[in-house]
Amino acid sequence: MEDLIAGAVMLARWDVALALLVGSIGGVIIGAIPGVGPAVAIAILLPATFSMDPIVGLTMLLGIYGSSMYGGAIPAVLINTPGTAVNALTSYDGYPMTQRGEAHRAVSLAYSASFWGGIFGIICLILLSPVLALIAPMFGSREIFLAALLGILLVILAHRGQIFAAGMLAMFGIFLQTIGLDAVTYTQRYTFGLSFLTSGINLIVVVLGLFALSQAFFLLTAPDTSPDAKPVTGKMSAGIKELLQHKRVATVASSFGVILGMIPGTGEFTAQFMSYTYAQKTSKTPEMFGKGAPEGLIASEAANNAVPAAAMIPLLALGIPGEALTAMMLSVFYVHNVIPGPQLFQNNIDLVYGLYIALILLNIIVMVFLLFSTNLLTRIIRIPTRFLGVMILLLSFVGVYSLRNSLTDCMIAAVFGVFGLILKRLNLPIVPIILGMVLGGIMEVKLRSALPRLKTPLDMIDRPIAFIIFVIILLVIAFHIRTLVKEYCAHQPDEDHDLHDTQAR
Amino acid sequence: MSRVKTLQSLFKRYRRPGDIVFAWFFLIVTLVLLSQILDQTAYKKGAKLFAQPRFWPAVSLGGMVAFALFHLLGSALSERIAGRWREVLLWLASFEYAGWFIAYALAVPYAGYLPTTVVFALLLSLRVGYRSALALGSAAASALVIVVLFKTLLGVNLPSGQIYEVLPDGLRQIMLTYF
Repeated sequence: MEDLIAGAVMLARWDVALALLVGSIGGVIIGAIPGVGPAVAIAILLPATFSMDPIVGLTMLLGIYGSSMYGGAIPAVLINTPGTAVNALTSYDGYPMTQRGEAHRAVSLAYSASFWGGIFGIICLILLSPVLALIAPMFGSREIFLAALLGILLVILAHRGQIFAAGMLAMFGIFLQTIGLDAVTYTQRYTFGLSFLTSGINLIVVVLGLFALSQAFFLLTAPDTSPDAKPVTGKMSAGIKELLQHKRVATVASSFGVILGMIPGTGEFTAQFMSYTYAQKTSKTPEMFGKGAPEGLIASEAANNAVPAAAMIPLLALGIPGEALTAMMLSVFYVHNVIPGPQLFQNNIDLVYGLYIALILLNIIVMVFLLFSTNLLTRIIRIPTRFLGVMILLLSFVGVYSLRNSLTDCMIAAVFGVFGLILKRLNLPIVPIILGMVLGGIMEVKLRSALPRLKTPLDMIDRPIAFIIFVIILLVIAFHIRTLVKEYCAHQPDEDHDLHDTQAR
Repeated sequence: MSRVKTLQSLFKRYRRPGDIVFAWFFLIVTLVLLSQILDQTAYKKGAKLFAQPRFWPAVSLGGMVAFALFHLLGSALSERIAGRWREVLLWLASFEYAGWFIAYALAVPYAGYLPTTVVFALLLSLRVGYRSALALGSAAASALVIVVLFKTLLGVNLPSGQIYEVLPDGLRQIMLTYF
């Protein structure tokens, strides 16, 4: 309890409050604009937060992360274009409702479900914290190495249909982080005698290139469009009453969000789909799903909003990010010399609680903001895409150049920008590269520090948690092979879809 | 948006035109990098295998080659999608905007952050086809907001332009610090 109060005190500063306000409202706006996702915004703002206090920078980025999905629901419902990739399933039932003239009902339901999911996720996180504080210290080098390995494996296997591509891109990420001077042996690795490569390839430069610049290039090379969202009339609080009739669906969906959010590499997308399937199977009117069923909308939005809080668990307790946004946030921790991992829960538990409270506050701020400003957002959505491209290009410069005033960084970012554009055009995932870079670094360091205690390879898994993670790795592989065999035997015809194309946004 | 029926199909990503070109490109680059491993990484005598500086580059490049081979095989065995070279031309066209970005980064330390940002916003807007006064005015205004937000208010570490040196004394100091 004292820690919780200490966390609250940490937030009671005007600069933290301002960061939270800017982050959460900015996040909603960014989420609402198809063409800019939270990844683009966080990548651009990342270097700007380095000069701030850790709690200020983190609350701002957390604000963007946690609130973007609220905003993303608006275009998903109104114009059938998800604002962020994770709002994809929201459009399934949200848009048919808009076509029926129930746009107001759909939008307010989406907000209420998002709020439910968001708060549920944070409550779970707070309740789990004492358990995490107990378990986290049991994670030594071996366990963290195995957990990072599991993360890489899950990220690769989560990209079904493009597993080989995801694998080669994850490996590429691991390779990128090896470039430069090896910190232990002081030998050069793949520097080709170029001095700028000696210090390695900076993660933030890569992130800015792959997420922000590539998006600018993507929008600038594509035909100009301007999404047309009609204004919504009616009281936005109406959705809360309707949500209370579907408490079961909202709670189960949020639980899926929490459980899957904790597992690296899976996240919002799987949580959304599993809760949607659950809602459909247990509904009295399953035939309405995809045609404007409120339960479908609730399942999708409650699940994806429960994920950000849950994704903080592996990040804070073990220092292992589960997806690109938490990987970016990890670099903010490192810059401020706050090392996420088992020690964080022992030494800086007030910071952890401070972040939890910030998450609760951001959900409240966003909900209040949305109740009054939905129509303002429907106007912002109409920004033409090429204009957005120009703005992202100008903003990317702030991100890349402010890092260390290096023109070389700008060139590297531009190259990764073109690479990211190619990946987006090809419907290939970008996230494995970033996770490969972060998790690859963790694996190398942890394996090295575990070595002195290993006499035989079996020593790697002779501790209970290491053994459990190892068994999970084996189970994941076995389960994947089983699915492949089942799929092969079923001879299902391929059905092309553009769901993953939304990652470009 | 198209509909998805099963969990399996939801997770699937489908091929797009030009993927075999990318698959070949990636494989060739990876093989070239792998061929340099003896030159570009060291081997420490007496150190354990897992602690060798060569270990992780070898693992990652080995993995890249294996996955890239399978990816290429997958592309080669799949049905061809029309529009391959048109797609490649679009990739190449994006280098133009990479050039714009680098030119912008080159110009800022000389011409100053504020003037360069406004001029680039206008030129780039014209380049991508905007002609209306509203669009160009919005571009210039947005550029101004970006400069004021990041350089003036947040004090982000961005260079001051050499061009400001020719300004009169009082104005020069303000421009160097805030714009």
